[in-house]
Amino acid sequence: MTAQQIIFLFVALFTLISAVMVVTTRNLVHAALWLVSTLFGVAVVYALLNANFIAVVQVVVYIGAIAILFIFAVMLTRRDMRDTGPQMNKNWWAGALVAALTFAGLVSLLQEWSGFSKTASDFPSGFDAMGLLGEALVSPDAYVLPFEVASVLLLAALVGAVYVAFNPRSGDSQK
Amino acid sequence: MVPLSWYLILAALLFSIGLFGVLARRNIIAILLGVELMLNAVNINLVSFWRYSDVFSMGGQVFSIIVFAVAAAEVSVGLALVISVYRRRNTVIADEVDMLKW
Repeated sequence: MTAQQIIFLFVALFTLISAVMVVTTRNLVHAALWLVSTLFGVAVVYALLNANFIAVVQVVVYIGAIAILFIFAVMLTRRDMRDTGPQMNKNWWAGALVAALTFAGLVSLLQEWSGFSKTASDFPSGFDAMGLLGEALVSPDAYVLPFEVASVLLLAALVGAVYVAFNPRSGDSQK
Repeated sequence: MVPLSWYLILAALLFSIGLFGVLARRNIIAILLGVELMLNAVNINLVSFWRYSDVFSMGGQVFSIIVFAVAAAEVSVGLALVISVYRRRNTVIADEVDMLKW
């Protein structure tokens, strides 16, 4: 085993234990904090894959924005969190069965694929992944249209979230 | 060097854990946490396929960035819906939001 494999196994174990804690912890604030540690583990996986930009975006967008948004939502709905009642619905065993079957199906599908255990070749000398990524995102020959559509989607989500969460009663009382 | 299969199995495990969370939890916010885990598993797959095939075609990384944007949009609208439902029905349990059920 090389050092990189040992690091990968350690990070993968950390990520998976955190993910199991996310779906099993009773307290939702703790679940959101376990989500933060899962996302950190995934960011380290990106760094192991030499995707530096994606690793930084993972920390900034996922941990900095999405996880904090979750913690805000948990706190805004705190009164009805029901830490004492059952956290799983009564068909949780069927969910576990479906999840296990999904995993088994994915692994059995992947094992038939010829490229399953291939190893990565080293980067060519002078390879600049981030420059290529930036060019691919704004080049008309590549991905500029999906990039712009994603920004329109974000704008639509922003307006939609404000409209949905807006409380008309509190707006009236301020008039 | 780590073979590709390790990354794919890690992503499959993460996806299954997220799927279990989506199917089994009662709280709507916990269901959204499970969706986040599934999206992260997909992103690991995309980035590892980029790394282990032609590194000059950036499709994998570009697609994972678009998944980031979609995840941000999904979470903002989803949590706004949760807060709106909580305000009107005073609940965050998915089973109790059954106005459309006959």
